[in-house]
Amino acid sequence: MASVGECPAPVPVKDKKLLEVKLGELPSWILMRDFSPSGIFGAFQRGYYRYYNKYINVKKGSISGITMVLACYVLFSYSFSYKHLKTPAGRSWAISEGNSQEGVV
Amino acid sequence: MNESLFTPFITPTVLGLPAAVLVILFPPLLIPTSKHFINNRLIIIQQWLIRLILKQMMTTHNAKGRTWSLMLTSLIIFIASTNLLGLLPYSFTPTTQLSMNLAMAIPLWASTVAMGLRFKAKITLTHLLPQGTPTPLIPMLIIIETVSLFIQPLALAVRLTANITAGHLLMYLIGSSALAMLAINLPLTLITLTILTLLTILETAIALIQAYVFTLLVSLYLHDNS
Repeated sequence: MASVGECPAPVPVKDKKLLEVKLGELPSWILMRDFSPSGIFGAFQRGYYRYYNKYINVKKGSISGITMVLACYVLFSYSFSYKHLKTPAGRSWAISEGNSQEGVV
Repeated sequence: MNESLFTPFITPTVLGLPAAVLVILFPPLLIPTSKHFINNRLIIIQQWLIRLILKQMMTTHNAKGRTWSLMLTSLIIFIASTNLLGLLPYSFTPTTQLSMNLAMAIPLWASTVAMGLRFKAKITLTHLLPQGTPTPLIPMLIIIETVSLFIQPLALAVRLTANITAGHLLMYLIGSSALAMLAINLPLTLITLTILTLLTILETAIALIQAYVFTLLVSLYLHDNS
């Protein structure tokens, strides 16, 4: 955790945080993570509480704590519906050059 | 044509798996719980709101009716949060699906009827005939009252579905028409003003939730207390 100086005893790769893992050790670090259902659930829980304690569970929390979550939710929903939005669906109402009668409601 | 109008209402899937479950499970993340006496601002506001709702809803009930407090409060919180989250762009509103609203309406209504029949069978059955009807009309009126009783869950579900779907569809249509008229620019301000007012009126989705829980409430009250 401390970036000044080295720890006296070497920390095993498995327990290091992501930003401390050297690039060469990255594949072995990924393989040693806990990918069981309880491991994944624990990761979600830790992430949730990290965000919660940083932005919401403070003495003078502001509205930005919630609006960041909602903005991420909008982006997430957009990525879900990207496939449907790729083809422009508003052709019927766009007044094109000559054929304004096609696709009338 | 059909495909383009109703695409916002398609249940989202990822590789065939329903992601609608994730969307339904999202609102509880925004409502934290706390064991402490003094909390952060979010929890204070939400707890104040929940206490207001609880007081407003449960004062008209007797002791037996108040055992339903948790159920009704969580119902109104769920529908309110789901409808409000559906107002965000590109989001999916689960309450636009009739299947979900029927799944909410039928068990709740059936349990109120069952409770009335179990504890006050005679009084519940006499509710089927209004007071002071002339004798020749009695058979017909009983049938009419039974039909109106059985239509209650359908009305609850369809009311919620139709209101939310119609509102979303209207916003979508007006929005895309405003976008199309951007090139012409003439009635642009008028259209965007309409969109703005429509959005604020649509935020009376909460009024709809109120209506949902209140009708459920009325039915519970009638069956339980008479």
